[in-house]
Amino acid sequence: MTALAINALCKSFGGLRVTSNVNLSVEAGERRLIIGPNGAGKTTLFNLITGELSPDSGSIELFGSDITKLASRKRAHLGVARTYQIITLFAGETILHNVSLALLGLSPLRWSFFGNLDRQHHIVESAREALAHVGLETIAARPLAQTSYGERRRVEIAMALAQKPKLLLLDEPFAGLSIDERRDVQQLLKRIPREVSIVMIEHNMDVALDFAEKVTLLHFGEVIVEGTRSDVVNDPRTREVYLGH
Amino acid sequence: MSARGPRFFAIGVAIAILLTLPLWIANSYYVNIASQILLWAVAALALNVLVGYGGLVSLGHAALFGAAGYTAALLLKAGHGHLVADLAAIGFTLFVSAIFAILSLRSTGIAFLMITLALGQILWGIAYRWVSLTQGDNGVNVTTRPRFFGISLATADAFYYAVLIVFALAVISMAIFVRSPFGASLRGTRDQARRMNALGYNVWLIRFLAFLFSGFWTGIAGLLFVYYNQFISPQVMALQTSAEILLMVISGGTATLLGPIAGAAIVVVMKNVASAYIERWNLVLGVIFVLIISFMPDGLIPGTARIWRSGWQTLRARAARGVRVS
Amino acid sequence: MSLWLTLAVNSIALGGLLFLLSAGFSLIFGLMRIPNLMHGSFFMLGAYFGVSFLQQGVNFWLAALLSGVAMALIGGLIERFLLKRLSGQELPQVLLTLGLSFIIADLCLMIWTGDPWQPATPPQLRGAVQVAGLFFPIYRLAIVAVAVVVALALWLMIDWTRLGAKIRAGVDDAPIARMVGIHVSKLFTLIFALGAGLAAFGGVMGAPYLSVYPGLDAEMLPLALIVVILGGTGSLVGAFVGSFVIGFLYNFGQAMFPDLAYVILFLPMVLVLVLRPQGLFGKVMS
Repeated sequence: MTALAINALCKSFGGLRVTSNVNLSVEAGERRLIIGPNGAGKTTLFNLITGELSPDSGSIELFGSDITKLASRKRAHLGVARTYQIITLFAGETILHNVSLALLGLSPLRWSFFGNLDRQHHIVESAREALAHVGLETIAARPLAQTSYGERRRVEIAMALAQKPKLLLLDEPFAGLSIDERRDVQQLLKRIPREVSIVMIEHNMDVALDFAEKVTLLHFGEVIVEGTRSDVVNDPRTREVYLGH
Repeated sequence: MSARGPRFFAIGVAIAILLTLPLWIANSYYVNIASQILLWAVAALALNVLVGYGGLVSLGHAALFGAAGYTAALLLKAGHGHLVADLAAIGFTLFVSAIFAILSLRSTGIAFLMITLALGQILWGIAYRWVSLTQGDNGVNVTTRPRFFGISLATADAFYYAVLIVFALAVISMAIFVRSPFGASLRGTRDQARRMNALGYNVWLIRFLAFLFSGFWTGIAGLLFVYYNQFISPQVMALQTSAEILLMVISGGTATLLGPIAGAAIVVVMKNVASAYIERWNLVLGVIFVLIISFMPDGLIPGTARIWRSGWQTLRARAARGVRVS
Repeated sequence: MSLWLTLAVNSIALGGLLFLLSAGFSLIFGLMRIPNLMHGSFFMLGAYFGVSFLQQGVNFWLAALLSGVAMALIGGLIERFLLKRLSGQELPQVLLTLGLSFIIADLCLMIWTGDPWQPATPPQLRGAVQVAGLFFPIYRLAIVAVAVVVALALWLMIDWTRLGAKIRAGVDDAPIARMVGIHVSKLFTLIFALGAGLAAFGGVMGAPYLSVYPGLDAEMLPLALIVVILGGTGSLVGAFVGSFVIGFLYNFGQAMFPDLAYVILFLPMVLVLVLRPQGLFGKVMS
C-alpha cells in the first residue's frame, strides 16, 4: 500500500519555482530520507504535504485518497503529523501541556467549555506515554522556558508521535543537536513502530543515512536522484550537488 | 499546593467583603460606585477573553456594549417587558458579535484592531445619526429597573446585589472557561496559530466562538449599564469607551482572572475622582494609558510587582556587593 | 440641479481635505505598520493652531504652513521620544497613539474651550468663478488644487528621489530595507513628521469649511481609516482615489439618507474587506 503519493507537484513564489514537478511515492511503513542543500525546497514540500501551503498544480494522495485540496487541520485528522525545523512550541506552557495540546487537537474534547484539560486522564496518560518514548517523562511538568534546546527538539517529536500518525514528517530533527543528543534521537526514531510511515528531511547527508532504506535528493525544487542509500551516495549527480561547488 | 491555603483565604475574604459591602458603606454614592466597578469588571472580563487569551485586541467592544443597552432601552420604551427586552438585547448583541467576528477575523493583530475600530464607529454612527430610531444625542431613558424574584432593584443596595450576582456568574464562567479544553485551545491559537492548525484545530472557529463568548458577556455588562444609569446615549458607544475597557484589561494585567477586575476598579475609581475634582478625565485616561504602555506593558499589578522585585533585588545586590550601578 | 452641483463641489473639496489627512496616515501605516490613532488629533490640533495664527492677523496660507511645520515638529518629537522606545512592538505603539489622542483632545478643550471656531474664508478665496454658466466657489476649488499639488509633490518625491526610493523599500519590506543599510529608524521619524504636518495643514485648509470643534479629531480619524482600508495601506494612489470616494459618499449620503449616512460611509469598506482585504490598490500583506 502506498502511504503517500505525490504527482507532478508544482509551487512557485513570485517567479521562483520552489517545487518543480515533484513525484514521490512512499510505501506504508517505509522510512524515507529527503536530502538536499539549503533552499532545495524540502520544507516547502512538507508544507505542501501538510496543507500549510497549497500547490499551483499536481496532486497529493494519502493512502489512496486525494487530499490536494483538503484543509491542513483535516489532514491532521487523517493521520499526518509533522515536526518543525524551527522549533514551534507553546513557550508559556509546560512540556506536558504542549503534548496534551497535540492530543487535544484530534479529540472532540477540544470544543468543550467544561472540565479541566490537565485532569483529562486519557489525554494526560497518552501525553506521558509519548514523553516516555522520547525520554522526557521525568521532566514533564517543567515549563518549556526552563528546557534546553535538545529537550525542545524532543518535545517537537513527542507532539507529533502523540497524535499516533500514519504519516510522520520530520523536518531536520537533528538540527542543532550535539553528537550525544543525536544518538539519542536516532535511537528513539528507531523505536517508532513500523505502522508509521516516516519521511525525514535532512540537509546533512551523513547524519541520517542509516535511518532510511530509500533516499531522495532534492535540488532547486526538483528530484535529482532517488534510490537506495548506496545508489544515491554513489551517484555522480549527488556528488555534484554536495561537493561540486 | 501550599499556595492554595492563602489563596482560598483571600478569595473568602473578598467574597465576604463583597457580600457585606452595603452594610458597612451606608452612603449610597459609594455603593453605586461599587456597582459601577462590578458592571465594568464584567465588560473587562469579557474583553479579556479576546485580548488576553485570544491575543486579539478589539477596539470595537463599546459598540457591542451599547448594542445591548440600546436594544433593551428601545424595546422597553416601546412598551415591551423586561424579559423580552433583555433576551432580545442579548440575542441582538450575539448577532452583531457574529458579524463583527466574521469581518474582523479575516485578520489578526493590527488589522483586527483597525477593523473592529471601524465597525464600532459604524454602530456609534447609527446611534448618533439615526435620530428617528435612537433619538440621537438626546439618548433614551429607561424608566424602570426589572424586579428580581419580586424584589425591587430601585435602591442602590438592591441593585448592587443584583450586579454582584451577575458579576459572580461572570467570574465563575470565566474561571471555568480558562481551565477548559476550549480555553486551552484559544490560548494555543494566540501563541502558535500555525501549529494549532497543523495539529488539527479549526483556528478560525475557535476565535469565532471566543468572540461570541466575549460578545455575550459584553452584552450582559451593557444591560447592567443601561439599568444602572436608566439612560443610554451614543457617547457610551464611542471609541473612548472601547479604550476605557481596554485600559481596564491591560492595566490590571491581561490573561489573568483578577487583572480585569482590578483594572475596572482602578479605572472607575480614577474616573470618579478625576471628574469630581479636575474635570479632566480624558487627560488622566490618556496619561495613564501612555504611562502603562511605556513603563508597565504587563499591567499595573504584575508591573508593580516586577519593579518592586527588581528594586528589592537591586538593593539586596548592592548590600551584598557594596554600592554598584548595574 | 444646483443642489447636486453644490453637493458635488463639497464632495470634491472634502475629498481634497481627506487626501491631505490620509496620505500621511497611509504612508505611516505602510512604513511603520501601525495605524496612527492620533492622526485625527493632528488634524484638529493643526486647525486650532491655524485659528490662533489667523487671530494674530497672519495670512491664511502662512498660517496653514506654520501650523504644518509646528505639527511636523511635534509629530517628529513624539515619534523620536515615545514611539521609538517601543519600536518593533506594534500593538503597544498603537495603544500609545490612542492614549496621546485623548491627551491632545483634552488639552485642546482646555486651551480653545468647547465652543466651535470658524475662521472666515480668506479674502482672496472668497466668491465664485463662473464656468459654462455654473458657479464654483473659489475656496473649495483651492482646496482641491492644493490637494492635487500635494499629491503630485508626494508622487514626485516617492517615485523620483533617493528618499522616495528608501520609503518604497521600507514599505515593501522593512527587514530587507534595513539589511541593505537604509536607516529605517530615521525614515520613520521623517515620515511621521511629514504625516503630522500634512494633517495639520489640511486642518487649517478645512477650518473655514468644517469649522474646528471638540470631537473633530474623532470624526476625522475613522475617515482616514476607511480611506486607507479602501485604498490599501502605503498606496498614495489608493489614498487619493479613496479620499474622493469617501468625500462623495459622505456628502451624498448625508443629503440623501441622513439617518444612515454612517452606514453608507462604511459599507464600501465592509465590501472591500470581504472581497479584497488588501484594499483596492494595496499589495497582499502577509
